[in-house]
Amino acid sequence: MNFINPTAVRPLFEGADWEFSTIQKIHTAVERVALGELGLDVYPNQIEVISTEQMLDAYSSVGMPLFYKHWSFGKQFARHEGLYRAGMQGLAYEIVINSNPCISYIMEENTATMQTLVIAHAAFGHNHFFKNNYVFRQWTDADGILDYLEFAKGFISRCEEKYGEAQVERLLDSAHALMTHGVHRYPRRRHADLRSEEKRARERREYEEQIFNDLWRTVPGKPGAKTDKSSEERRRALLQLPQENILYFLEKSAPLLAPWQREILRIVRQIAQYFYPQGQTKVMNEGCATFVHYKIMNRLHQKGLLTDGAMVEFLKSHTNVVFQPEFDDPRYSGINPYALGFAMMSDIERICLDPTAEDEFWFPEIAGCGDPMEVLRDCWANYRDESFVLQYLSPRLIRQFGLFHVVDDANEPHMRVDAIHDERGYKRIQRALAKQYDPAWLLPDIQVVDVDLHGDRKLILHHRALDRVLLDEQDAKLTLQHLADLWGYDVLLREIDPGSDSVLKEHAATPRPGLLSPPL
Amino acid sequence: MHIIDRRLNPGGKSLANRQRFIRRAKSLIRKAVHESTADRSIKDADEAGEISLPAQGVHEPSFRRGRGGGVRDYLLPGNKEYVEGDTLPRPPSGGGGSGSEGSPDGEGQDDFRFALSRDEFVDLFLEDLELPDLAKRRVVDTEAMTWSRAGYSVTGSPANLALMRTVRNGMARRIALRRPKTEELVRLRADIAALAEDDPKRVELEEELDRKLRRVQLIPYIDPLDVRYKRFEAHPKPVAQAVMFCLMDVSGSMTEHMKDLAKRFYVLLYIFLRRKYKHVEVVFIRHTHQAQEVDEDTFFHSPETGGTVVSTALEEMRRVVSERYSPDSWNIYAAQASDGDNTASDNERTADLLTKAILPICQYYAYLEVGRDSEHFPPGFIRRDSDLWQTYSEICRSGAPMAMRKVNHRRDIFPVFRELFARKQAPAGADSA
Repeated sequence: MNFINPTAVRPLFEGADWEFSTIQKIHTAVERVALGELGLDVYPNQIEVISTEQMLDAYSSVGMPLFYKHWSFGKQFARHEGLYRAGMQGLAYEIVINSNPCISYIMEENTATMQTLVIAHAAFGHNHFFKNNYVFRQWTDADGILDYLEFAKGFISRCEEKYGEAQVERLLDSAHALMTHGVHRYPRRRHADLRSEEKRARERREYEEQIFNDLWRTVPGKPGAKTDKSSEERRRALLQLPQENILYFLEKSAPLLAPWQREILRIVRQIAQYFYPQGQTKVMNEGCATFVHYKIMNRLHQKGLLTDGAMVEFLKSHTNVVFQPEFDDPRYSGINPYALGFAMMSDIERICLDPTAEDEFWFPEIAGCGDPMEVLRDCWANYRDESFVLQYLSPRLIRQFGLFHVVDDANEPHMRVDAIHDERGYKRIQRALAKQYDPAWLLPDIQVVDVDLHGDRKLILHHRALDRVLLDEQDAKLTLQHLADLWGYDVLLREIDPGSDSVLKEHAATPRPGLLSPPL
Repeated sequence: MHIIDRRLNPGGKSLANRQRFIRRAKSLIRKAVHESTADRSIKDADEAGEISLPAQGVHEPSFRRGRGGGVRDYLLPGNKEYVEGDTLPRPPSGGGGSGSEGSPDGEGQDDFRFALSRDEFVDLFLEDLELPDLAKRRVVDTEAMTWSRAGYSVTGSPANLALMRTVRNGMARRIALRRPKTEELVRLRADIAALAEDDPKRVELEEELDRKLRRVQLIPYIDPLDVRYKRFEAHPKPVAQAVMFCLMDVSGSMTEHMKDLAKRFYVLLYIFLRRKYKHVEVVFIRHTHQAQEVDEDTFFHSPETGGTVVSTALEEMRRVVSERYSPDSWNIYAAQASDGDNTASDNERTADLLTKAILPICQYYAYLEVGRDSEHFPPGFIRRDSDLWQTYSEICRSGAPMAMRKVNHRRDIFPVFRELFARKQAPAGADSA
């Protein structure tokens, strides 16, 4: 029994001011709730206090403390600075980095309440998610990222000294254009090492010797055609085609790139890969952090560690964060991941503790189980947005949000409401919403399918146009141009209807001179 | 848990990226800068400001799905009246007016807006321009002091202690006075310990040790004599100042359009001077048949009628100069705008005043003759040069620090200005796009 006499406990702070000892005290109190009562498992925390300008700096280098130099980051900075100075955009209260130790930046302007909120949100909520979620565990290396960025920054600036800023900038422009298609979406097959490779080759030879029969040589046929085809297949297999990671393919196979250019492509690719999980777990990540800060703040208030005034301040900002405007609201700009994530997680808690008959039917395995934190920790560890929505978006929540699904087929004269929040629609709504978070659906599916390195070296890519949605023509042209520049020979992109395999559209590009050293 | 205070870290981490961005978008930004100066007042013409670039110029492309065609689905919150199977009209393409469009990325084709700092603004604005004849520039008004290192001193505050120098002095002194080193003492003690109790050599060594220890006590490791401090000296920082005289004819014949042209020219000149001089003051003198010093607003906007006697303005300028701006301590620039009319009888006096009184004290005198926007003359009509133009041409030919140009349209202002101040050694017309 945890009996606390409210008069005996002094609040962590009063008023808005804070100093470093306050932060320390807040962290200790939050940690006690997070680890002791919520059972979170986090990387060690490192909390850094920064100023507004530094926050703007961090914005422009995708939140990382160090990054290589490129004009596009300057553009980001200029944009954010402009918006901020014009008062059109507030700054984030915090930025948190998926590294070990987990670095959270907090702004010096925040009030003590906001610092508490931020520490609970970032240093425990996000931190727990980074450490435990399977996508992050699989794809990112929290221990090494800062060192890698340090290396990347140094390497790129050495290249700038050696080969000129303009050369490096052109290369980075091209690499950035292909960054969205520079990630491995599935773990790659590990290459066998040389010894086992040799062993397999020997076994294969032995087998061929065993079954050798000179008679086969005398069998008439058309060997020419056959060997052609097999050599084509062999060629593709050697180049690991089809390949959806375009940057990886270029790094390994582009004929004219210099070694330093390959290394820079690799850097861009590695960084894209590092950020890849964040795109798939927006709802869960923010939901987790929001849910955790909400629990912690309430618990601190219960214990008498937060004053009522601080609690009201917190609730105001929390409410802003989880606000979901409706579709016909001028403020609407898509589904708010904070709102959806927080609502779903609170809903899971409710289902665990106080299920209705409907919940029992939909979620028999967790309804009324009594331990919501256990269920949530399991969710945070083993789901990403797509699977989480598919699994846990409850009918009650669908009704509460008033979700409905609209299909817009270009062949039909009107858009059609396909499903709404009713008995017939729940499953379909779940599926449709999950689809919106599926990275395979979000990004166009583009693959390198063929190239004849001994022939004209023309690179052929296919875009399988899901639902017959074509690429944005202007952008596709520009991006393909960048691809051609890196490849060094002609490039052809076919947009293909996956249903009928018919070609819907073709784009072609020829390399511009200047980026690559010309072939001998 | 660690708390680190990063606020003291050097700022401007993004500066390099910003410079790259500006270099990248230079031609676009330059254009935007010139456009944005049109609607500013003279005094704040060179303030930092927001400019907007066309989005395409700094676009970063990627493979992404297009906007139209195919089957799309939207999942939206806040259903009120729709039931399954309802049909909705498509929102007008391109316009995100209706919320149900639900643009997934919000990446519009809006212009890219951002703010340039004052220095960036002016640098771009005045690239490749140079003030003519800076030779007479005087150093005045030593209002700023800078501190710079000036050797060492024997007194100072502890914060300025020159550690290296102090230790070096100490070492020199210790060597000179032969202060025994610690290693020597250690070795001596070891030697003594190694010897037997009654060895005669032992007494000798012990005496030597005593002597050395006494010496160590007498000669300190660091003596107050050794201590040195970094010395700083204050240098007065020269600050040059300039005054710019705007002279304008405001008689009835000057239209709003002409005044606008003049204003633009003054704006450019002001920005340019501000870059070269820390203090720039502006004096506005308007004239009809009589001249008067006024403030900026009156200068440009208050209507006035009367004849045109240019010499009055020059007289007024001479008066202001003698009262407030001694040519010894001020760099004086003057820009005169007029439609070229002058009372015929006044031309001689004007020329006289200009050559004798004004030009000798001026760094530079610019005369801008503004014309109507669309001046059509019947074919065969030869346009006669104005009175003032004829008068000034003669003075100009004699090699005075003076320039004169005609301007009819606002698009000519900047080229004319560039022409007047273009860096002499630069190949002509190389960069005047």
